[in-house]
Amino acid sequence: MSILEVTNLTVKLPDGADRPFAIEDVTLKVEKGQILCIVGESGSGKSVTAFSVMGLADRRALTPVSGTIKLDGEDILDIDDARLRKLRGEKMSMIFQEPMTALNPVLRVGDQISEMLEIHTDLTRSQRKTRVIEAMTDVRLPDPEKMYRSYPHQLSGGQRQRIMIAMALTLEPQLLIADEPTTALDVTTQAQILKLIKDIQRRKGMGVMFITHDFGVVAEIADHVAVMKHGRIVEQGSVAEVLGAPKDPYTQKLIAAVPSMIPPEREVATGQIALETDDLVKTYGQAGLLGQGRVVKAVREVDLTVRRGETLGIVGESGSGKSTVARCIMRLVDPTSGEVLINGENIASLREGQLRSHRRDIQIVFQDPYRSLNPRRTVGQSIVEGPVNFGLSMNEAKARAAELMQVVGLSPDALERFPHQFSGGQRQRICIARALAMEPMILIADEAVSALDVSVQAQVLDLLDDVRKRFDLAMLFITHDLRVAAQICDRIMVMNKGEVVESGFTSTVYANPQHDYTRALLAAAPGQIGPAA
Amino acid sequence: MTRYIIMRVLSTIPVMVLVALFVFLMLRLAPGDPASVIAGDYATAEDVARIREQLGLSDPIVVQFLRWVASLVQGDLGTSIFSGKPVTELIGQRIEPTLMLALTTITFAVVVAVPLGTLAAFRAGSLVDRFVMLFSVGGFSVPVFVLGYILIYIFSMTLGVLPVQGYKSPFTEGIGPFLYHITLPSVTLSVIFIALIARMTRASVIEVLEEDYIRTARAKGQSEMKILTRHALRNAAVPVVTVIGIGIALLIGGVVVTESVFNIPGLGRLVLDAVLARDYPIIQGLILFFSFVYIFINLIIDLSYTLLDPRIRY
Amino acid sequence: MTDQATQPAPGAAAAKDISLARIALRNRGVFWGGAVLLVIALFAIFGPFFVQDPTALNPINRLKPPGSEGLFGTDMLGRDVFSRVINGAQVSLVVGLFVAVIAVALGLFLGLIAGYIRLMDALIMRLMDGLMSIPAILLAIAMISLAGATLTTVVIAIVIPEIPRVVRLVRSVVLTVREEPYVEAAISAGTRVPTILVRHVLPNTIAPLIVQATYICGSAMLTESILGFLGAGIPPEIPSWGNIMSEGRTFFQLTPWIIFFPGICLAVTVLAVNVVGDGLRDTLDPRIARNMR
Repeated sequence: MSILEVTNLTVKLPDGADRPFAIEDVTLKVEKGQILCIVGESGSGKSVTAFSVMGLADRRALTPVSGTIKLDGEDILDIDDARLRKLRGEKMSMIFQEPMTALNPVLRVGDQISEMLEIHTDLTRSQRKTRVIEAMTDVRLPDPEKMYRSYPHQLSGGQRQRIMIAMALTLEPQLLIADEPTTALDVTTQAQILKLIKDIQRRKGMGVMFITHDFGVVAEIADHVAVMKHGRIVEQGSVAEVLGAPKDPYTQKLIAAVPSMIPPEREVATGQIALETDDLVKTYGQAGLLGQGRVVKAVREVDLTVRRGETLGIVGESGSGKSTVARCIMRLVDPTSGEVLINGENIASLREGQLRSHRRDIQIVFQDPYRSLNPRRTVGQSIVEGPVNFGLSMNEAKARAAELMQVVGLSPDALERFPHQFSGGQRQRICIARALAMEPMILIADEAVSALDVSVQAQVLDLLDDVRKRFDLAMLFITHDLRVAAQICDRIMVMNKGEVVESGFTSTVYANPQHDYTRALLAAAPGQIGPAA
Repeated sequence: MTRYIIMRVLSTIPVMVLVALFVFLMLRLAPGDPASVIAGDYATAEDVARIREQLGLSDPIVVQFLRWVASLVQGDLGTSIFSGKPVTELIGQRIEPTLMLALTTITFAVVVAVPLGTLAAFRAGSLVDRFVMLFSVGGFSVPVFVLGYILIYIFSMTLGVLPVQGYKSPFTEGIGPFLYHITLPSVTLSVIFIALIARMTRASVIEVLEEDYIRTARAKGQSEMKILTRHALRNAAVPVVTVIGIGIALLIGGVVVTESVFNIPGLGRLVLDAVLARDYPIIQGLILFFSFVYIFINLIIDLSYTLLDPRIRY
Repeated sequence: MTDQATQPAPGAAAAKDISLARIALRNRGVFWGGAVLLVIALFAIFGPFFVQDPTALNPINRLKPPGSEGLFGTDMLGRDVFSRVINGAQVSLVVGLFVAVIAVALGLFLGLIAGYIRLMDALIMRLMDGLMSIPAILLAIAMISLAGATLTTVVIAIVIPEIPRVVRLVRSVVLTVREEPYVEAAISAGTRVPTILVRHVLPNTIAPLIVQATYICGSAMLTESILGFLGAGIPPEIPSWGNIMSEGRTFFQLTPWIIFFPGICLAVTVLAVNVVGDGLRDTLDPRIARNMR
């Protein structure tokens, strides 16, 4: 029996948006005891669908104009606010992408779960507390009695998401809506949360509507799949049908773009060593005036070498220190100790004046395409800034910029435009062009494809690999995503808590991981999909 | 935690020293001989010499400053040139009306402004919201003394329901006469605070209402009223409390003017009389006193953040 | 999201700054507030040529009500209140304008230094903390009574307490912007610190500073009038709205209009300035709304 039936739902966007409807003619069902995954890239309308079902979409901006949303036979679009509030929590509930911001920072987490019971039941305070502790135990939170009194900021990301799940499930609703609940989490935590959601769903026989952009997660958790594009469902069916034999070209393209966990064969690089670090250490904080100050060792004794024409990947979860390594090499932060050798010359402790001439040899592409370009300056101005700093004439710099535009697959007239006129993927291309304009030896990509949709991600990865070959660059590729690393890196280093735990050729490490942490990381990577799945 | 409190308390010391230095230098750097400036236009050469002696103005400037700081540390804010009384004693005599005016003003302002600002935020864009915003722009634009005179004109001269001026102590003359006399000055002075606090409350609550955890509360089925009181207000509190602290500086300026309009014998009047009489030790002492009060109140407010927001643990 | 560009905007670079002013004027607050200010400014500049001498004594016609002797009546010396109010407008506008410009210029300079040079940060910010702790009006009264009341001393006395807020604002913008990846990219491209400040940091401070400048302008006019009212402002030979009201105090119960006319003029002027400020804040940058005041 269906718990949720959405029929021909169309939701209008406000006038002046880039398209008339946020979602159009959406029809889907969630059965009891079934997990439906809605997959799509950003702007596909998958979240609007979820929020419309909860009645949480902002009615002023997003107006449902036709269709029905039947929850257990009752049309959500047809009931008053009081009834809707009653259904929320009792019959359907929701968990969100960012467990940190989804919890109220000034209230104890136990009380926030308890609030659910306070709204919907007549239980006394102590009965509520018992139920909350039960719910917390149910999602396998350690020491629930103690954790009841914690505030959200005192918990880890995974624990916070468990709190959210406990809250959503206290009243045993028939439908759980999960909006990208693992996207903000590290890969090992993600694996645990996915398992938890699946376990509880099986045990309670709930229906789950699970929103995600990640086909790996789909393979991991879904019974049924609906693929969305530009507000429409382009394909739906069982997980085996959609992943195994996708019919719609868009679905095919998306699945093809998902990087595989199996590293391709790569030649061993033999170019000269361009970048080397020796015992690189970065610590933050210092001894305080009164007693011990807090000292955080972000990077501990990291040694690495990158040859020209080679890509070294640094893989790790958040807080592993991988980005700090990149920033130390770039001298955007000053290393505490150790050496950074560019072409054999140590730049770790050079003063800014001496450092400047080395800056052109080493360039970086950042994660966030929206903040990497000065919004007030044209693309051309951003690209020529560096070369002009190093004495190129404005005309020569512009000519070079125009050439590079073609290298990165954009038209030269893009130089006259402002960053806001480009999409995220295009901006990353511009950032790559800006880096190349300096004619560097070394290119650092710091999570450079992490903010991009999967289809765009694949293109930018190809571009990076292409420019590495064409300009014989030494590339340092920082990422949290093992699938991406598998595709582009010749060698990888795995970092955990500031330390390198394992390094070697990518294919060797993936085939035969030595360190426990590497094994855990590889095992946690979601859904190795392919013909086998 | 304790360590933070100690650090925070200690951190007020350099600020207080700086304030003392400013006030000290202001007198020394003024054009002309400070002794003759202080002595005034009709002073004899002996007067000037006496004042120079009295204030130790012939010593090197560093010695003067250190001596002055040393006396400050002992709680000595100086001595009035004309009455010969210690400034601390004068403050003691005059502090009650000022304190009462400040307390009633702040209380009234908070009680009116916080609900008003919250309501405006909750109904952002509505008529109520526009009224609150209009009131707050207006409140910033009318000088406090003009407002005082307008209220006197309406309530005292035309309607005759409240007294034109004066102050009655709640301790010696009873709470009734006290309220009867304090209402107009207090309302006058509170207008700018209501504007300030209502505006900040509105902005802060609007921002909080956009937060994800408000959406979570809605997803739980919580009612809008409870969302406001339980989730929004406490999260919105820190900026509101901060602005109240900053407003203390405004309040001190406002007190001087309001006391002058309503003829209230408080510290504000003490300052103005001292300015007219060019009694610089009193001016100096009072500026320091008010500055220290400001620093102290903002210290308390800083420390109160830990109670309002559990994330702030130092 | 497909990997395609949105519509190109030809000539966007050249049009940017002009359109900023145009967008701002489309805001109702900026438009009407600006219009009122323009009218007041015209009165202040040209009015004095058309009214009688504001200092001319006329002892026979003392304390006359509005309409009977001059539009706004006369004061205790028989001077024409209308003429004095028109002349007084100059003082308010000049003080507001000068204080805003000087405070913003000094605050911008100190704020950029504090935000970008770590060594100076602690020093400048402690100085600003100290300055902020001293109640502005008391500080101004004390400075003026020491240095003598002239237009210059009044402006200086009002400027000094306004500086810390500008410094704090600029510093907070600098601290945010310097963390932006595009600034780090400029550092990586070998751009020198002064160029980074001017090219990448400074433009981000302009919108909030314009807004802050209008608020400072309004508050400076109020402070000037309060100083005048308390008898610590510009001397009565030069009529200002503050000192007209100060002189009107004695006979307030008899002739309330001597306070009300300049008071209303002042309130309308400051209101117009604040309305422009709010409008600019809404159009130029909604995010800075919270840091104001």
